[in-house]
Amino acid sequence: MNEIIQEPRHTCALGAHQTVISIEKAIPILHAGPGCGSKLYRGMSQAGGYQGAGYAGSDAVPSSNLIEKDVVFGGADKLHNLIEGALLVMDGDFFVVLTSCTSEIIGDDVANVVGNFRNRGVPIVYAETAGFKGDSYKGHELILEAIIEQHLKPSDTKEKGLVNVFASVPRHDPFWEGDLNELKKLLSYLGLKANILFGYNSGGIKAFEAIPKAEFNLLVSPHIGLNTVKLLEEKFGTPYLHYPILPIGGVETSKFLRAVGEYAGLDQCILEDVIKKKEDEFYHYLLRSVDLLTEFQINLPKKFYSIVDSNYALGIAKFLVNDMGFFPLGQYITEDVPEEHKETITGYFNALAPGISAKVVFSQDGGVINEDILNSPRVDNPLILGSSWEVDLAGEIGGLLVSVGLPVIDRLILNKTFVGYRGGLNLVEDIYTKALSRQREY
Amino acid sequence: MSINLEVPAVPLREQRLGTLTGYDGDAKDLLGRSKEGCVKNRERTFTQCGSCSADQVMNLLLQLQDAAVVEHGPAGCSGDIPFRNANFRTGNRRLGLKVHNVKYINTNLSEKDTIYGGGEKLERGIREAYRRFSPKAVFVTTTCTSAIIGDDVEGICEALEEELGIPIVATICEGFRTNIWATGFDSANHSILRKIVKPPRKKQPDLINVISFTHRYHYENIFEQLGLRANHIVPFSTIEQLEHISEAAATVQYCETLGSYLAAGLEEYYGVHEIKSPAPFGIKATDEYLREIGRVFNKEKEVEEVIAKEKEKIAPRLEELRKDLTGKTAFIGAGGPIAYSIMALLNDLGIEVLGAHVWHHDQRFDNDDQRLDVLKFNVEHYGNFKLGVCNKQSYEVVNALNKYKPDIFISRHMATVWSAKLGIPSFLSVIEPSEMLYDGLIRYGELIWSTLKNPAFIKNISKHSKLPYTDWWFEQDTFSFLGGDADE
Repeated sequence: MNEIIQEPRHTCALGAHQTVISIEKAIPILHAGPGCGSKLYRGMSQAGGYQGAGYAGSDAVPSSNLIEKDVVFGGADKLHNLIEGALLVMDGDFFVVLTSCTSEIIGDDVANVVGNFRNRGVPIVYAETAGFKGDSYKGHELILEAIIEQHLKPSDTKEKGLVNVFASVPRHDPFWEGDLNELKKLLSYLGLKANILFGYNSGGIKAFEAIPKAEFNLLVSPHIGLNTVKLLEEKFGTPYLHYPILPIGGVETSKFLRAVGEYAGLDQCILEDVIKKKEDEFYHYLLRSVDLLTEFQINLPKKFYSIVDSNYALGIAKFLVNDMGFFPLGQYITEDVPEEHKETITGYFNALAPGISAKVVFSQDGGVINEDILNSPRVDNPLILGSSWEVDLAGEIGGLLVSVGLPVIDRLILNKTFVGYRGGLNLVEDIYTKALSRQREY
Repeated sequence: MSINLEVPAVPLREQRLGTLTGYDGDAKDLLGRSKEGCVKNRERTFTQCGSCSADQVMNLLLQLQDAAVVEHGPAGCSGDIPFRNANFRTGNRRLGLKVHNVKYINTNLSEKDTIYGGGEKLERGIREAYRRFSPKAVFVTTTCTSAIIGDDVEGICEALEEELGIPIVATICEGFRTNIWATGFDSANHSILRKIVKPPRKKQPDLINVISFTHRYHYENIFEQLGLRANHIVPFSTIEQLEHISEAAATVQYCETLGSYLAAGLEEYYGVHEIKSPAPFGIKATDEYLREIGRVFNKEKEVEEVIAKEKEKIAPRLEELRKDLTGKTAFIGAGGPIAYSIMALLNDLGIEVLGAHVWHHDQRFDNDDQRLDVLKFNVEHYGNFKLGVCNKQSYEVVNALNKYKPDIFISRHMATVWSAKLGIPSFLSVIEPSEMLYDGLIRYGELIWSTLKNPAFIKNISKHSKLPYTDWWFEQDTFSFLGGDADE
């Protein structure tokens, strides 16, 4: 966190109020300055493919809007009144108070304020998400920790086949809702019931309350959510499977299904039967692209840069290398990756495929990333999996830009996903539609 | 009132302009009592996310062509930056300027910095901004965190200004200074007046400063017809352009909230006359606006010709639109003067304004001249209307919409999804405000017409969605969370 940041992407821990918004009928309550909620909403939801307010987001989020007199005299009473008002006005099943830089520095006793409401039986927890603690992925983990520690109770029984899924981070990863639902679908092929916790029809706080009943937790990400599944193991004894690669396309999705199937103790024959069917369908459609992808009248990319968070960078790199025959150029990991995970993540990129590895740079600073790419040897038509920050960079190096991570302002995202077999086809469509629209729309 | 350019922080609107964020009543009452400056603000005990000064500072300073902004704060304070970049690029394209990213650096204050101070990072941020962007000036903006931990932003700026040889301007705009986020415009304009604007080399008698966002192409033609050169300023201007705004003969603006402070400062320090008229929204205000420009520039005859010609151009379509829209009802949610300006447009189109919620209300302006008062002008010409001041509280707006049930909701800065859920067609009158001058009335009318004529999208959405509010809330008075006078 000693870096300065040009071209900001991942906001701050308080950005995780977007996590709360994606829990059905949950209401975030910000104990924060007047501008925090509005800025973070625009940075994550609006600039994340125009995701909209959600149920109680955007300008509907209760906020104490702390001003100078609160900084001087404390804001605890104001927070108390705010929560009282929120309980009357907002139609919610669950409330999460989030602290901010201002409220943490001035030292308001938020635990005490919120504790009084919990004692009254109000379904409410609080998370200490001061912006200076880290980015919004960090905040996401802090929210989950708060709910787990303050609200969940151990369960005597386990529900057979129930799996809690931790993967794409709601509203922070622009394609999160499509991703989580695609993972749910993939698990259903194996007869497993995925508890995805966030988004449409995911069950709201009831789904969270069912977390301790799961047979196991599934973490699909290089490092985001690792603290969460470890906490759940410690607290409820639930084992976890850590699958670090977001499965995209034919090769990785089949590997993913095998890994989950084996972990869940599924019958090998049933598993292979499912995979065969899904792979056949995937290749049926992918086959359509062969003539276009092997023609040389237009400039099609064969090498790619990624400038995105580790989850997407790794998943996409695996897909492009192992399914599509691409070669990796620099892989720029943009979130605030804790030191202890950097070596492991670099290791994943060193072994993308036999004999194919990639250079990895961890930086939140777009200036550093731009300079590194501009100082790299030029290649013809590089593909850039990045964000709307890279439009000029792409122009300068003659690259083809496909926006996949914050900020994504050149596309509207409803339920699109890059996960699974379907997601692989979506990504191929996106890359070549972009290439064609640039070269065939004359 | 007098503007003091010696201090880095602009005085707050609460003190300068008697600005309100809580009021429930009607336009005549507010206007009458504002004249004496005696309306006390009322605060609420339940609030939703507002906005902050730092946000509006970026609206102006970040969208300068060749200046850099270093925001001294945690990374989340940059939440507005990606979308501002989007608007900056789109605006540049529309204005025919070079499209490029904003020149921005955030100092990414960490927990450790809140203990040991963030001065070293700020210095690094400024130096890197200088190296990466080769800017003509660097604006250093403060945040809640940098202000509470007490970093010496002004001192660091002064030291580096000497070393780097370009203006390094401390812009004081931490969010907790005030809940009146329009203060951010004043902070930005204060920085420009204090450190960028130079005394005139030579007055340019045909130059008129026009303060607005991206609508140069809507008004340029009118000024050309009058033989005037429009100097489009803040945002989208260059530092060199701003250095010489003191040479213009006059300043006009799109909205008194945006440029009140800059226009008054230019008049006080450099004798640049602020055109004393309401902003040009609707036929009557546009008449007044152009005539006042005519008087100031001694072009009364030319102005009358332009007025006649422009009015003739819009007459046939205006009549058709009026036929279709007369009898429709509307509710407005927008910033102070803009909401009053929109009210004039709606009246000119034959639409009945059931009420308006404005985000804040200034009881006076920096140039304390009644002729600038859009609300006064419109009440005199169009009559009274129900008015609330709500600091962008969407629960209050939704409550009011549910009571008034207008045919259309016109929003600025507030999500339109809430009215959609109520089945009320609406549009966000913000990114491309094309409603100025006579032909702006037609553009606005067309927008309203297309919003009302086929509301299928909104009607379908409303059948399949739910608002995040309790039934209890919809039964309450809209302003039931407003307390008594703030200072009592």
